[in-house]
Amino acid sequence: MTETAIDVRGLRKSYGTVEAVRGVDIAIATGEVFALLGPNGAGKTTIVEILEGHRQPDAGTVSVLNFDPARRERAMKQRIGIVLQSTSIEQFLTVAEVIEMYRGYYPKPRPLDEIIDVVGLTEKRDERVKKLSGGQQRRLDVAIGLAGDPELLFLDEPTTGFDPGARRRMWDAVKNLVSLGKTIFLTTHYMEEAQELANRVAVITAGRIVAEGPPGTLAGRETSQTVVRFRLAEPVPALPRSLKKAMTSKNGRVEIEAADPVKVLHELTGWALEKNVTLDELEVARPTLEDVYLQLTGAEGQAAQ
Amino acid sequence: MNDIALAARQIKYENRSFWRNPASAFFTFVFPLMFMVIFNLIFGNSKYSPFGPGGTVSDFYTPALMAFAIITACYTNIAMGVVFARESGILKRLRGTPLPSWVFLFARIAVSVMVGLLLVVIIGAFGRAFYHVRLPGLRTLPALVAALVVGAATFCALGLAMTTFVPNVDAAPAVVNATIFPLLFISDVFIPIQHNGALTTVASIFPIKHLSHAVITAYNPLTKGSGFEWKDLAIMGAWGVAAILFSLRGFRWEPKEQS
Repeated sequence: MTETAIDVRGLRKSYGTVEAVRGVDIAIATGEVFALLGPNGAGKTTIVEILEGHRQPDAGTVSVLNFDPARRERAMKQRIGIVLQSTSIEQFLTVAEVIEMYRGYYPKPRPLDEIIDVVGLTEKRDERVKKLSGGQQRRLDVAIGLAGDPELLFLDEPTTGFDPGARRRMWDAVKNLVSLGKTIFLTTHYMEEAQELANRVAVITAGRIVAEGPPGTLAGRETSQTVVRFRLAEPVPALPRSLKKAMTSKNGRVEIEAADPVKVLHELTGWALEKNVTLDELEVARPTLEDVYLQLTGAEGQAAQ
Repeated sequence: MNDIALAARQIKYENRSFWRNPASAFFTFVFPLMFMVIFNLIFGNSKYSPFGPGGTVSDFYTPALMAFAIITACYTNIAMGVVFARESGILKRLRGTPLPSWVFLFARIAVSVMVGLLLVVIIGAFGRAFYHVRLPGLRTLPALVAALVVGAATFCALGLAMTTFVPNVDAAPAVVNATIFPLLFISDVFIPIQHNGALTTVASIFPIKHLSHAVITAYNPLTKGSGFEWKDLAIMGAWGVAAILFSLRGFRWEPKEQS
């Protein structure tokens, strides 16, 4: 049985003359991890803040756990957890005290030690918030979001500005939540993050959703052609004619589009061995989620990187 | 947990945060005592006493700095603290939890009032111990408590109202101090005003003078009757009510948009 955790239809929101969200539909089932991907300024935060009840929509219907978030009902807030994009935490309390304070706001909080453990702050539990690193404070943000043991957790760009190690630790924390069956609404502009965490992705650009689906098959990614790439250091004998047709070459970098990569590789490596040619930096690549994303978001996506 | 228990709990955490913050604890707590020592050193030889002949200027500074303590603990502390909590997103985060908004504000106010009243007691003890300032009699004690309570409520409300004028954290100290310091000099707090003039007329529009006047009257052992300064209390109260109405209209929970 799949229940709907979030149902958004025809959502619109403008700031002055700027249309931030221009007719968005989103349906998220209970237990799903949904990622909203998009460049800065695409409307991600506006959407998530409308779902959280922090902003009012101009048009459209919004349902979060069957509540209208615009009414800011306490009963809804008791069942959701919110991790905002950039907020600081009570600086002079310790990790355990802050979580304990927030736990007190909820009718059925999650046990303190479990929360600290899930976000990997056990060693810092008696440290004051002030003394934590940026990554640790961000994980404490998530811990606060978990205080009430929410059914639905909003994570707005949870790892922006992280170093790779801190990002991994955050992902582990989120995966722990997924294994508990929580519904997660994630916004991010990191492809890798969406790929790693989400089972469904929507790409938003200029206030509209331009593609939606599982990260592996987004925008026909699974049927796109594989590319074989390599570099030729010096002038070489001509490649087999069958390969030349699908080949492009620039400054010694060669790309071959391959509908059947096994056959292409077989021919290519056979030829290289026979002619004693070195294929530098040989790789076989399917379009990454990033390729698909950049193609979908166009110049705007690139500008934001 | 019911909302009253929630408020008690929130007070506990706010109180802890207050005392662990060296800046707020220092400026709120040490400042009035420091001024007391400094003013007594500078003006100690003055024969002026609001308590009449035979007194000293310490008779003035003890109740006057009680008024100052209420102002810093309530107005300054709340205006700065709430602006900081707002701009750093703490208020927005709290708004996303089931905690009723009033509980947070109530806890902040309660801690400020407790700090202010604690300071009042310390200043009174300090004045008695080091400057031989007589304590008020039981007869005027209700008037003293009334002046302090109405003052604390008014200046808490003014602190909340002031947050609506402060755009960001950097501006907070400037705006908050600029609104208060000139008045402290002309309102019988830092300097005893012995002759009325244009400045005292200006000062009497604002609530600070009325707080110090009400406190000084009630603190004076020679005051006749119960010591209630109804006019002062009424003017302060009017400022307080106006501040509350203003806060209800303009109070923001969210930081200014970053982008």
